[in-house]
Amino acid sequence: MITPSLELRQLSKQFGHAHIIRGIDLSVSSGERIAVIGPNGAGKSTLFNLISGRFAPSSGQVLLNGQDITGLAPYQINRLGLSRSFQITNIFHRLSVFENLRCAVLWSLGYQYSFWQKLDELRDARERAEEVMEAIGLGWRRDIAAGLLTYAEQRALEIGITVAGGAEVILLDEPTAGMSRSESDAAVELIARVTEGKTLLMVEHDMSVVFGLADRIAVVVYGEVLACDTPQAIRNNARVQEAYLGSHAPQQEGV
Amino acid sequence: MSLPTNTSYKLHPMRYRPLNLGRWLVWSLFALLLILAPRVFHSGASVSLMSLMGTTMIFALSYNMLLGQSGMLSFGHAVYSGLGAFFAIHAINLSSQGAIPVPLSLVPFIGGLAGLCFGALFGYVTTKRSGTTFSMISLGIVELVFACSLMFPGFFGGEGGVSGNRVFGQPLFGISYGPQIQVYYLIAFWLFVSTAAMFAIAHTPLGRIANAVRDNPERVEFIGYDTQRVRYLMLILSGFFAGISGGLSAINFEIVSAENVSAVRSGAVLLFTFIGGIGFFFGPMLGAVVGIFLTVMLSEFTKAWQLYLGLFFILMVMYAPGGLASLIMMNLRILMQGKMRRLLPAGLAMMASAVIAAAGVIMLIEMLYHWSLDSAQSSRMHFAGVELDTAIATHWLLATGLLIAGGLSFIVTRRPFVDIWGTVNAEIEHQLARTAK
Repeated sequence: MITPSLELRQLSKQFGHAHIIRGIDLSVSSGERIAVIGPNGAGKSTLFNLISGRFAPSSGQVLLNGQDITGLAPYQINRLGLSRSFQITNIFHRLSVFENLRCAVLWSLGYQYSFWQKLDELRDARERAEEVMEAIGLGWRRDIAAGLLTYAEQRALEIGITVAGGAEVILLDEPTAGMSRSESDAAVELIARVTEGKTLLMVEHDMSVVFGLADRIAVVVYGEVLACDTPQAIRNNARVQEAYLGSHAPQQEGV
Repeated sequence: MSLPTNTSYKLHPMRYRPLNLGRWLVWSLFALLLILAPRVFHSGASVSLMSLMGTTMIFALSYNMLLGQSGMLSFGHAVYSGLGAFFAIHAINLSSQGAIPVPLSLVPFIGGLAGLCFGALFGYVTTKRSGTTFSMISLGIVELVFACSLMFPGFFGGEGGVSGNRVFGQPLFGISYGPQIQVYYLIAFWLFVSTAAMFAIAHTPLGRIANAVRDNPERVEFIGYDTQRVRYLMLILSGFFAGISGGLSAINFEIVSAENVSAVRSGAVLLFTFIGGIGFFFGPMLGAVVGIFLTVMLSEFTKAWQLYLGLFFILMVMYAPGGLASLIMMNLRILMQGKMRRLLPAGLAMMASAVIAAAGVIMLIEMLYHWSLDSAQSSRMHFAGVELDTAIATHWLLATGLLIAGGLSFIVTRRPFVDIWGTVNAEIEHQLARTAK
């Protein structure tokens, strides 16, 4: 059997007496796209924080390409090839769009903490940053401070920063939150393009985005994975309908 | 793929670039300025003043590596310059005894190494945390070192400090470093080299990531960087340049005392750097020049000089948080876009009111100082060519009247100025955004 890109084994997290994540098992194979859905407070964001190293799990394991990354610092996990975005836009506000992206590629190109190389002479860093900048459609905003971008542009930059380092496993936390319909459609198209061939795990509320992108859907309710299956199977899953979707038809847009 | 970007450089946010006039031109002008300054201001006092400005410029620039570039508000930066200064003065003394062969020109480097080593030592503790915790620990460290400086008189010289004589060995090409002008040129040389080095560091991967840490440390952790390591390295490098400035001040004054490692000195560099502007690379240099000038000149004129410096600082923080550098750059932008003419009438009216109000404030402060401190001798005083008498009520009324009239007029004239200022800047931003498209 091929080693999964990302594997969670009995992952748990409790804050005090509150059990937020209760023993999640999940296996994501290389190149697969999984959407994580669930009601508010189900623990989706906490799950991402555990995987990406923002919090250490209380018990259980996270494996990245078979390697145990449980309890590692975020930067260590990132260096091993896992990158994440944030639900609340998390960019470098006073730096320009280009500088935001260039910062995001530096480590992956091996420049580390260099204070002896001139940044402007690092051709590969410039080219990679420009490539991502064009890919997310912000080429014409190159020298604008990121804090001055529109909301949708900042969300695109957020995704750009996440994928710029070339990580093989990408975690996107509600990439289309707060977007209009047309912005959201553009975001789906963008995500599909920049994460092509990569392993993608995505928290999303917008059902049209979920059904448009995901190979499989994991339904998280009360810190547990209720079901993880193809969109079609999830649509027809009685337990899911009862626990999460309720009487709402899954085809309905938005939540 | 690369786009022509010249048009938009002027708006570059926080990129640590002086004017886009071409690097070579700016640096050549800077060198020329350093060389020619003593020709224009050739009196002994001005050369001493400029020497002090030079060392402070390096100090403020090194401080801004922390504050402006990495977002670290240190309250104890004098530790690194001060310890650098102590090591430098001991190097001078050992060298003049023939114990070590270090020429005076390289003594600042010794200071720099000391600053670097102590940066590595103390920074290991301080940079574990960021934000307020970092500030507090840095304050703790400066108090600790200050206390040590009085506890170990063997190294620190106790209350009197350590003195030395910078003239030793055989003069090389007639340079003995006896005359102040030779010391000035030594400082100017180190200033130029240090400035160039710090500018270069700001444009390396580490320098840029430090900016990212300043803006959003959390996200930096998720693009592969250990923020603690970034802060630590920046502090070590900053300590090196602070140490160089300390070494130069040891040469300049030939005495180093506990005051060099004090919280007061640390506070002063924060003040100067902020007044100059932390958002631009050259801001701290401007702040050092203005700060030293005010400190030295104001103290000649008035006993209340610290009060004025404090007021100036408060006004800057409140109304021009970008510092003098940002004031200059914004006005320059308006000037270059040819819109200054629209701003001038309102601006002049506001400035005139401010001058009147300031005259009132200064009169009041000076009269109060005289009344409370020197009135035993005479109630009459001279200030700025005006004779005042604290016993005459009309003089008090005049001062108060000036303050009220100026203040009211300032409130009235400020509004239209702020409006026009806003409109003009919005127009420019709009125009630049359009050319960027």
